[in-house]
Amino acid sequence: MPAADAARLAAILEDRTADISAAWLDRVVAELQGRTTRAEAQREQAEILDALVDGLKAGGERVDAPAFDALRGLLAELSAARARLGFTPRETAVGVFALKEGLYAVAGEGDAADVADLTALLRLVDDLGLFTFESFAAARESIISEQAEQLLELSTPVVKLWEGVVAVPLVGTLDSARTQVVMEKLLQTLVETGSEHAIIDITGVPAVDTQVAQHLLKTVVAARLMGAECTISGIRPQIAQTIVALGIEFGDIRTKATLADALVAALRSNGAARTPAAVLGV
Amino acid sequence: MTADPATSQRLAITTDGDVVRVRQAVRGLAQGARLSLVDQTKLVTAASELARNTLVYGGGGEAVLSVEADGRRTGVRVEFRDDGPGIPDLDLAMTDGWTSGGGLGLGLSGARRLVEHFEIDTGPGRGTRVVIASWSR
Repeated sequence: MPAADAARLAAILEDRTADISAAWLDRVVAELQGRTTRAEAQREQAEILDALVDGLKAGGERVDAPAFDALRGLLAELSAARARLGFTPRETAVGVFALKEGLYAVAGEGDAADVADLTALLRLVDDLGLFTFESFAAARESIISEQAEQLLELSTPVVKLWEGVVAVPLVGTLDSARTQVVMEKLLQTLVETGSEHAIIDITGVPAVDTQVAQHLLKTVVAARLMGAECTISGIRPQIAQTIVALGIEFGDIRTKATLADALVAALRSNGAARTPAAVLGV
Repeated sequence: MTADPATSQRLAITTDGDVVRVRQAVRGLAQGARLSLVDQTKLVTAASELARNTLVYGGGGEAVLSVEADGRRTGVRVEFRDDGPGIPDLDLAMTDGWTSGGGLGLGLSGARRLVEHFEIDTGPGRGTRVVIASWSR
């Protein structure tokens, strides 16, 4: 599309703004029933149309032309906002694709030269629609990675069970990133609370493969280097059998079937002075 | 024993997240095939080891999961394929404690002990194909 045609298209869009907008708006409102108000859709469309006309006037021919920088910025912002509001990809992209409804209406009554020009414009709208899809997907990806990060923080609490005993209840899949977070938090808490016992509870870990085992062993060794005794608890029967079949050696690391067993063992080795009975004065 | 394309499920293994996906898919099939809880856990763990091997040593590949019927028993079969460098010395690779990476060296040998059926086809330059299967009792 040569620059002169772009200017002509801008003129057509400006001349027929009212007709195009009406058909466009009808389609969007029909598609987005209840998700957005007519006034809001109209405001968004006016912005998109203004940016499109400005871009065409500046000689923009393709979506990635510098002339369309403002338009792309606007569409990216709209798509990201909709991704966060939980719109579907269809509901997001229809805002752009429905512009074609308006163009079809104009093409239906225009002369042959106009129709040829409009074909170029329709292609541009298709590209803009695809750009909207991409922006939407990128926004969703960033939401997902944000959530994964939040989950990482959420899922690794280190709790104090008793004076001198801290525990980490692990839930879900243990990968390298999570193990790193767990290890750091555990070691930090050991220092802060001056605890001598750490219990790592794996009741919520669905499968212990060699990688998970290796991560656990490293965490235990690190805790030991800091002078703390570490117990792994929550080893369910099926996990125990799997670990044996795999051939993983836990060596002299203390393991217990339940968190309660591990706590009792930690308190015993801490000496009678700190057992529940002694503290409660029973 | 070959996978029937109609009932098999194909999963790409290119990231750590894919290893988790394979594991979850295997668990789902194992539950559906009424494997005992111990056998489910063993199969899932073996699949986890092999998927990670595919990713780390094979440079990525795919897993093909299928449910098989053998008379009264139902089973889950998983095939791992990669076009990586292959394993030059299989006997060495199947030895407990031997690793070419930084692992415990129990993945491949351990996986064989975790499942009922285990076959491996590999060689230098022709990638690696591992098939595992376990059956309900």
